[in-house]
Amino acid sequence: MEINKTINSDNVDLMINMGPQHPSTHGVFRLLLNIDGERIIDVKPHIGYLHRGSEKLCENERYAQVVTLFDRLDYVANLNMELGFCLAVESLMELDIPDRASYIRVILCELNRIASHLLFYGTYGLDVGAMTPVLYAFREREKIQGFFESITGARMMHNYFRIGGIKEELPDDFNNRLSLLLDEVSQGIEECDMLLSKNEMFLARTKNVGIISASDAVDFGVSGPNLRASGIARDIRVSKPYSIYDRFDYGIPVASSGDCWDRYYVRLEEIRQSIKIIKQAMSQMEDGPILAKVRRIARPPKGEIYFRTESPRGDFGVYLVSDGSDKPYRVKVRAPSFANLQSLQYLLKGAYIADAVTILGSIDIIMGEVDR
Amino acid sequence: MSIADLFNYFSYVSGLFLSLTIIVLLLVWLERKVLARIQMRMGPMRVGFHGALQPIADAIKLISKEDILPAWADKLVYWFAPIVVFVPAFLLWVTIPFGKNMVIRSLDLGLFFIVAISVLSVLGLIMAGWGSANKYAVLGGLRAAGQLMSYEIPLIMAILTIAILSQSLNLVEIVDKQSQIPNIFIQPLGLVLFFIAGLAELGRTPFDIHHAESEVVGGPFVEYSGAHWSVFFLAEYINTFTISILTVLLFLGGWHWPNIPFSGNLQTILSVFVVLIKTILVVSVIFWIRATYPRLRIDQLMSFGWKMLIPMAFINVTITACIIYYDELPLWILPILSVILLILSAVIIQRKFSKNIINTVQVISAKSLLKEKSEVDIN
Repeated sequence: MEINKTINSDNVDLMINMGPQHPSTHGVFRLLLNIDGERIIDVKPHIGYLHRGSEKLCENERYAQVVTLFDRLDYVANLNMELGFCLAVESLMELDIPDRASYIRVILCELNRIASHLLFYGTYGLDVGAMTPVLYAFREREKIQGFFESITGARMMHNYFRIGGIKEELPDDFNNRLSLLLDEVSQGIEECDMLLSKNEMFLARTKNVGIISASDAVDFGVSGPNLRASGIARDIRVSKPYSIYDRFDYGIPVASSGDCWDRYYVRLEEIRQSIKIIKQAMSQMEDGPILAKVRRIARPPKGEIYFRTESPRGDFGVYLVSDGSDKPYRVKVRAPSFANLQSLQYLLKGAYIADAVTILGSIDIIMGEVDR
Repeated sequence: MSIADLFNYFSYVSGLFLSLTIIVLLLVWLERKVLARIQMRMGPMRVGFHGALQPIADAIKLISKEDILPAWADKLVYWFAPIVVFVPAFLLWVTIPFGKNMVIRSLDLGLFFIVAISVLSVLGLIMAGWGSANKYAVLGGLRAAGQLMSYEIPLIMAILTIAILSQSLNLVEIVDKQSQIPNIFIQPLGLVLFFIAGLAELGRTPFDIHHAESEVVGGPFVEYSGAHWSVFFLAEYINTFTISILTVLLFLGGWHWPNIPFSGNLQTILSVFVVLIKTILVVSVIFWIRATYPRLRIDQLMSFGWKMLIPMAFINVTITACIIYYDELPLWILPILSVILLILSAVIIQRKFSKNIINTVQVISAKSLLKEKSEVDIN
């Protein structure tokens, strides 16, 4: 594994600047491509266009308020971000979360994982030049967003999880509507699968493109679906179970070749597994309190903690230092997208320009999380 | 040349321009509606009945927009490029018949004229790419040129088979030869070759590589706006219509329909409708493909063109020529051979792709992983 970090300006044929205003760089990501005809010789990625100083901002907010900042990290999987932070604080405080709250959290987080992967599916279709997948995917995603709205009051920035539980009780018809939603979504997933996965042109564009081997992926710190596509069955939900994930029976999709198609299909398969988890959680969930007995203003004891959860993009870690006050002393986020993005330079060397878009899309980055 | 002649020419040109513009507006509306139905949307609904006036509203918007000239643009080339794209697209229609007796000049070398003129428009794309001083535009322009190289040949070959078959280059004669059997039943392979090469020529999905939105952000047109952009747009849709109507005229029997009643003027008008309906069906197929397929990469397009389409087109021309030359061979051999070749190429493509259709993803149960973990901590 070699990365040439400097761009040799002597033999540059054409340098094109892809982004930050480019339709398929997924936000404000910038790539400097040195190309020879249609081949990419060298790549220089630039990040930081969405830097808001979230981690520093956290130090000036109370613990309950920090949740809103975490909403804005990975802005298509907000609840997973909230969960990561809340669990970190709770385990620092050694709180016992009521079962019902945990179940609701898991259901919503898995729904959010589905929504996030659906967004990936749609935009990936656009990246390879198919325009219908995005509309099929958004039809399903819209239902999930609407469902979130009826529960949390917001479509995206929910601020629903609290330190010690959740904000409020579910609506009465929750179970009926959820099972209806799951039926519709699982039907929609099959439609999406039929539309794109086995399409010859899609296969030609994604199979054997952007291959990363298992050892290289580990070296780069790649995690989540990208790592599992390379053949390593590592999922924080299983390898270091948090919340109540050890109570469910579900599958971890693992591929072998680590190309773009594998990264794509692992995500599609994960949607099916998430639906499985939600169905089990629904049947196991019982009535009960939704908030642990905590003081209104949380004051974790002095100490530090590093807590890992599995966000839709991979290993999401929160490092928290508390000085015993009502505000965190230091918050550091280990963003999975950031680590996954590191492999880009390696993947793009020698690829075609068209592949740059395909590969970047398959890594599935969210700039809100990369730049923070 | 008398004043009457001049007036005549003027009326031809303006009539042609008007009808083509109306057809383009219709196509734009149709495309948006067809795509919308496939994608379970409504499409334009606000302006006019089911959005029928939407293209006109768009046109007004485009014309009233500011024309932006990039600071580093090569001015002459930049402003001239839309005209170079538009004029050949328009010029083709001199010899394309809309219906029976509905042709401006029935040239004896009609097909030759069409092939010769249609190549010109790529020059405009390269000019647009170069003139706008934008790297994406240059890439798009060069891609368009490369695409043309590999697709003009099978397109011409497919046209050539029809010319050999009909013993004529005159479009009206070619259509009249099909009054009994349309060429699609004699030359199914020719139709497929012509249609695929035509799609690539148009730069439509799956071959929309030179203006790929997600890669080169619109290609040669990236810097254009307002009226100049709309000229490109107009030319693109005219070209789409041209390829579709050529498919109809060369392969689908043109204005022939089993038992058209009436005669005289009424028959002429009906024949126009027959051509229009057939053409719109072909155009709908193009739109349908656009809604379904992803885009190919440029190297895949090249290899498909050179390794698949061109050999097939060559074989097709040779077979057709042989059968026409040796009179004693019956004509019904041709469709059989054509279908065999078609199946053969389908099999070759299928075998090339079938090694890809392996599901490499397997699902491992989390419970079994948990057990594994209790034995060896994988973290």
